[in-house]
Amino acid sequence: MNQVPWLSLVIFTPWAGAVLLALLRRAHPHVCRTLALGFSLSTLALSLFLLARFDPGRSGLQFPELQVWISALNVHYRLGLDGLSLILVLLTGLVAPAAQLASWRLGHSVRLFGLLLLLLQGAALGVFLALDFFHWFIFWELSLVPAYFLIKFWGGSGASRAAYQFVVYTIGGSAFMLVGFAALFGATGTFDFLELARRAAEGEVAARLGPWGVRAVFLGVFLGLAVKVPLWPLHTWLPPAYAEAPTGVSMFLTGVMSKMGVYGFLRILWPIFPAELHAAAPCLIVLALGGVVLGAWAAMRQTDLKRMVAYSSVNHLSYCLLALFAVAHATGRPGLSSPAAASALSGTLLQLFNHGLSAAALFHCVGLLEVRAGGRRGLDDFGGVRTVAPVLAGFCGVAMFSSLGLPGLNGFVGEFLIFRGVFGLAPAAAGIACLGLLATALFLLTFWQRVFHGPTGASVAGWRDLTLVEIAPLVPLTVLMFVLGVYPQLLAGLINPLVTAWAGHLVLP
Amino acid sequence: MNALPWTIYFSFAGALLALVAGTHSAAVARRVALTTALAGLAAAALAAARFVPGPGMQDLQDVAWIPELGIRYHLAADGISLTLVLLTGIAATAGVLFSWNIEERVGEFFALYFALIGGVYGVFLSADAFVLFVFYEIAIVPKYFLIANWGSTNREYGAMKLVLYSFVGSALVLAGLLWAYAAGGGKSFALADLVRTAAGFSRTEQLAMFALVFLGFGILAGLFPFHTWAPTGHVAAPTAASMLLAGVVMKLGAYGCLRVAMPMFPAGLAFWQPAIAWLAIAGILYAGLVALVQEDFKFVIGYSSVSHMGFVLLGLASANPRAVSGAVLQMFSHGVIAGLLFAVVGRMVYERTHTRRLADLQAMPLHRWLPFPALVFVLAGLASMGMPGFSGFPSELTILIGAWKTSPVWALCAGAGVLVAAAFTLRAIQVAFFGRANRHEAPSHRIEAELRTDDNVETTPALATPHHPYAPISWPEKAGALLLIAATVYIGLRPDFLLRWITPALESPMLQAILKGGTP
Amino acid sequence: MNVAYGDLLRAFLPETCLVAGALLVLAVDLATGRRRARPERMATAAVVGAIAVLAAALGTLAMGTSGAAFGGVLVLDSLSVATRLGVLLLAFLTLLLVGPLVRLPHPAEYVAVLLFATAGLTMMAAAQQLLLAFVALELASLSLYILAGFDKSRPDSAEAALKYFLFGGISAAFLLFGFSLIYGLTGSIELPEIARTLATQPPGPLLAVALVMVLVAFGYKAAAAPFHLWAPDVYQGAPPSSAALIASASKLAGFTLFVRLLWGGLAAPPGVPSWGAVAAILAAVSLLLGNVAALAQTNLRRLLAYSAISHAGALLLGVIVAGRAGPGPLFYYAATYGIATVGAFGVIAVLDRAGGCQTIADLAGLHRRSPLLAGCLAVFVLSLAGIPPLAGFFGKFVVFAEALRAGGLAGAPGWLALLAIAMSAVALYYYLQILKQALVAPASPIASRLAVPATAAAALVAAALLLLGLGLYPSVLLRLFVSG
Repeated sequence: MNQVPWLSLVIFTPWAGAVLLALLRRAHPHVCRTLALGFSLSTLALSLFLLARFDPGRSGLQFPELQVWISALNVHYRLGLDGLSLILVLLTGLVAPAAQLASWRLGHSVRLFGLLLLLLQGAALGVFLALDFFHWFIFWELSLVPAYFLIKFWGGSGASRAAYQFVVYTIGGSAFMLVGFAALFGATGTFDFLELARRAAEGEVAARLGPWGVRAVFLGVFLGLAVKVPLWPLHTWLPPAYAEAPTGVSMFLTGVMSKMGVYGFLRILWPIFPAELHAAAPCLIVLALGGVVLGAWAAMRQTDLKRMVAYSSVNHLSYCLLALFAVAHATGRPGLSSPAAASALSGTLLQLFNHGLSAAALFHCVGLLEVRAGGRRGLDDFGGVRTVAPVLAGFCGVAMFSSLGLPGLNGFVGEFLIFRGVFGLAPAAAGIACLGLLATALFLLTFWQRVFHGPTGASVAGWRDLTLVEIAPLVPLTVLMFVLGVYPQLLAGLINPLVTAWAGHLVLP
Repeated sequence: MNALPWTIYFSFAGALLALVAGTHSAAVARRVALTTALAGLAAAALAAARFVPGPGMQDLQDVAWIPELGIRYHLAADGISLTLVLLTGIAATAGVLFSWNIEERVGEFFALYFALIGGVYGVFLSADAFVLFVFYEIAIVPKYFLIANWGSTNREYGAMKLVLYSFVGSALVLAGLLWAYAAGGGKSFALADLVRTAAGFSRTEQLAMFALVFLGFGILAGLFPFHTWAPTGHVAAPTAASMLLAGVVMKLGAYGCLRVAMPMFPAGLAFWQPAIAWLAIAGILYAGLVALVQEDFKFVIGYSSVSHMGFVLLGLASANPRAVSGAVLQMFSHGVIAGLLFAVVGRMVYERTHTRRLADLQAMPLHRWLPFPALVFVLAGLASMGMPGFSGFPSELTILIGAWKTSPVWALCAGAGVLVAAAFTLRAIQVAFFGRANRHEAPSHRIEAELRTDDNVETTPALATPHHPYAPISWPEKAGALLLIAATVYIGLRPDFLLRWITPALESPMLQAILKGGTP
Repeated sequence: MNVAYGDLLRAFLPETCLVAGALLVLAVDLATGRRRARPERMATAAVVGAIAVLAAALGTLAMGTSGAAFGGVLVLDSLSVATRLGVLLLAFLTLLLVGPLVRLPHPAEYVAVLLFATAGLTMMAAAQQLLLAFVALELASLSLYILAGFDKSRPDSAEAALKYFLFGGISAAFLLFGFSLIYGLTGSIELPEIARTLATQPPGPLLAVALVMVLVAFGYKAAAAPFHLWAPDVYQGAPPSSAALIASASKLAGFTLFVRLLWGGLAAPPGVPSWGAVAAILAAVSLLLGNVAALAQTNLRRLLAYSAISHAGALLLGVIVAGRAGPGPLFYYAATYGIATVGAFGVIAVLDRAGGCQTIADLAGLHRRSPLLAGCLAVFVLSLAGIPPLAGFFGKFVVFAEALRAGGLAGAPGWLALLAIAMSAVALYYYLQILKQALVAPASPIASRLAVPATAAAALVAAALLLLGLGLYPSVLLRLFVSG
């Protein structure tokens, strides 16, 4: 039915751009920038095209691609798109060009920067679209390489250490996941996610692996994903990595890469190990709450703005996991309220998208502050920025309030749905999570007050306001924040069938 | 298929020719060497193109040699042999390219080099234990002279240690084989016959003979704790020899384990299996951890070889078709990757900087001075870490799958090895090439640079020392690196290319008897 | 018994050729030598001697394996023919080296004595009677003593000769004592007759004493530990060409005689031969002591001596298994060992002429000074070390295989084989020390390029090619013993 491999095109166009940049050894930096931006925009264009042809009524996978790849390992090159993938591809399409634009003023090695960012983009897209562990893992791991070099080369003073820590933590997790999938393959003879989920639903996986084996495998896969998200207390790599990375890279890391972990939870862990996730859910809820509360708490204690935003990322993603774990916990319970589960799940998906927008915007704003302050980004290094640079203050404020969950902006919808769902499923957890909300409000308002209000600081005087290039990445993000805040259905419509389908299968086999 | 024996003859003939040519002109000797290596590779490729995968060894040559002892000059090949012959061809070609700059006693260098290669080809193609052993020993002595003559740090010690370990290993093999031959009536050295007669031995005999033969081959494969020859030897060796030693010669040991020790003594395998697996795991982890704290760049790579060979041994010890096919794939993969790593460290970097101390390298902005080696090393390092997309990934994955089938605990411990590998490789990449990549680690100011609106400045002047003291990367280096990278990426993306040869080979009666769990 | 002198001449055809050649050498030198320089005289003598050796070889071939000759005193089976040819080949190689290289007074006498020694050795190869064996042995030994001490300009040559003579004399005494006891026990000096008689007798203490005597004597001759003490001094002090003959041809002939004596005469047929345990102990001690002591040597010739001791251990193992496997493996081992040793001493001889070669370090930079010599030395040493495809490897292989085939690890031979295999790894270390100097170490600044005389080069290359060829086609030799 569809001759054009649209999804492959989505993945490989950025890589093609990277190759092109690699070949243009003597190109002018400006040409490189433009090319990089153009190729990163291809994702947006293609994803809008896909959006137009996407049938939101179906919960199954669309635009499938299937090729035999390694017959000896029963590996197939399999791609597919559903609502979950679609919103993440859309998000990538938005954040990646924004990240390229945010790095427009980069001082050196422009070509290499653009190239690596394009590589990273392609790898992230691959993760969202691949449906067979073999190449999914290729994308998953390969995303680390450009990220490592991006942080290391263009990062701050502690970047080498941060990058090393980031990669070793993540590969450490991945190693366990690799062993886990090795075991799964040994038991089932397939790497296909859907096939594995189907066999898991039939109880075959658990039967083949044995009671302890299946737990060990679950734990391995879980570790791999949890490090990536990150789930508290495996998050310690994140603040230094995000804080040391250059602005554009921080945007991409928080906007897109942090979603890879949550995506993995939804696409892999939950379908393949529903019973184990259910069994582990009480503990996991505690961990997710740890992320929500302590993440926010830690953010409150930061004096470095970038680290503050980084911790807020931990906090926000923990909401997603909290919702998922709550649903898993409630699975099979007699009085399970399906609407609550559906609400929690759609909240999760919306939160993924919304957090991507607002966190990317926030990082960009902090980056702009940093550039103007000559590299300083302490909470107390600023003051009265609003009077000097009102446009910057405005955009930053919108992003901040979106992140805080102010009604009318996009952040509210996701968090509201999550809380509504979790209240229905695990009220105590929701209660504790409120502490996180409170702390978030506190630190974001402190940020707002100290930086933008008050007397104009000595270092702030004489700032330029935003230039056109600096505004450019913020505009689409901000517009979407408002639009989705007012009309969340635009996004929710894409995922509703999927969520309904999920919620409908919540009776344990 | 009949092209395969020519790999052996080409190599030995090339050794003689190079020796003669070397007395006249180094340049001619080099050309002879490259031609020889390419001829071997071409023969292997031709055979590969015509190869019809199937169980069992396909006869290549079979003539009576020493009828008094029942020894036949019997060459045969199956998918496993073919894989390793192809690897040898690739590694040999790359090795010649990376030896292009040798100026001293060129003819002798290549003569020894191809004597070694010829022995290696011979081992992979032998179907008679005596022939295999003869080729195996032929491969030992040239190593000593290659290292002692053209090596670097501590070369005479490293060479002697390496050769004595190898020879002790081969002595153990000889003892075990002779014992088995004599106990079986002393009629034939054909592997198939030995397997048949060994089935009648008592359990005690099988256990002892297996221990002798496996340990003997295992020493050469870097079996912990008998691996210590490998790092010192690899470090001392000249680049091409390191590439071959780590890339191919260690595979001889593993190949011997698979082809000789395991099929002959199934009872011994069953008994020693856990011990071997745990030694292999200990090797993976120990060598990886040691690599993590090395101060010498080449030692990092040397230990990494031991760690990776641990995976091969683990795959063999798991004794199921999946794991063994992974082990063979890993042999190929590691052969290519180790070659690449040693090429970067020994040839591209050391011969220019004349230091291998990581602390010294860290002080240089090598990624700017030597961008090509940096790129190659990053790729090789990723491959070595088992990064998906490179050949290390499918092989380690396959080994893990197989190991899990035999014992999940082994797989888990080996999985930790993947992590350690990532850590030490990353450290090496970071320290050696990107020690001063970050501008904050050098005296300059990032923000100022970032605020510059002058688009024409690609690099900050403080760092980009345009005139570094090093010779540019020569064409043989580029060609060799590209050959190896192409091999690892191709196999990374299409492991089927080799697996479709390897998997049927494991269904031969000889191997199927010891590999539990049916066909993969 | 009527002595048929025609028969006698025919049976001793090779020896006759050799002795006639020796006399001719002397005569030619007497006739022409006065007017000529010493090197020229040596060359002439060597050429005449080489022709005599070739004639002897042709004579040996002409007779073929015609069985017992001259009333059972001699036996011309495949072993004796092969040994005679082997001895003649080794003597020929030595002569090729002697001609251009050796600078001794009285060149003709040296060559003549060398030919006498060869005659003694060929006679040993065929002797089947105690008396003839003893006479042959003494002929060879006395000649070798003289050869060892021929370099009168050097005190260590004299020391070597004296030690060799004293030890040799004692061993001759032991041997004679042993032989007389055997004669007393059996009433015969013919080996087949002795075997027949012994088979009917219960083994007694007197026989044991006799056997021990014979073994001790052969232990001395073969330089097996613990009777090896003369060997290092002789190897070190004797002129290289003499040492070459002592180390190669005399070993080959000695072991042939030994195996014939022990298996042909003294093997009590049922069960394990009574001398087996003693021989096994000698072999084990030789293997251990030879290899371990060689590790500590810095003098090249002493090192070769200790390596010879260890090889004597392996050869004794060959003797032990010869009962079951026949003499083929032993002969193959001894012959190829002899070729490699002659070659090694040939290299030493070349170096010796160019300024002395005693320590291993004197080999430094040989690869620069003479690539040919270095290459040949590598072949010889690697063959001694037992590296395929050289003949030394297959020699060890076949002996060890037969040892294990003789009963696995149930008996001493199997364990001895394992010991020998283990020791071969030790041996590689010291052999590589030699090659390290020759092929790796830089030449000393004063060392010049070496000129290798053509005949010596030919001899060395021939020896190297022989080792390679016999290693690749061991059947050439083994085949001789299959039916015979």
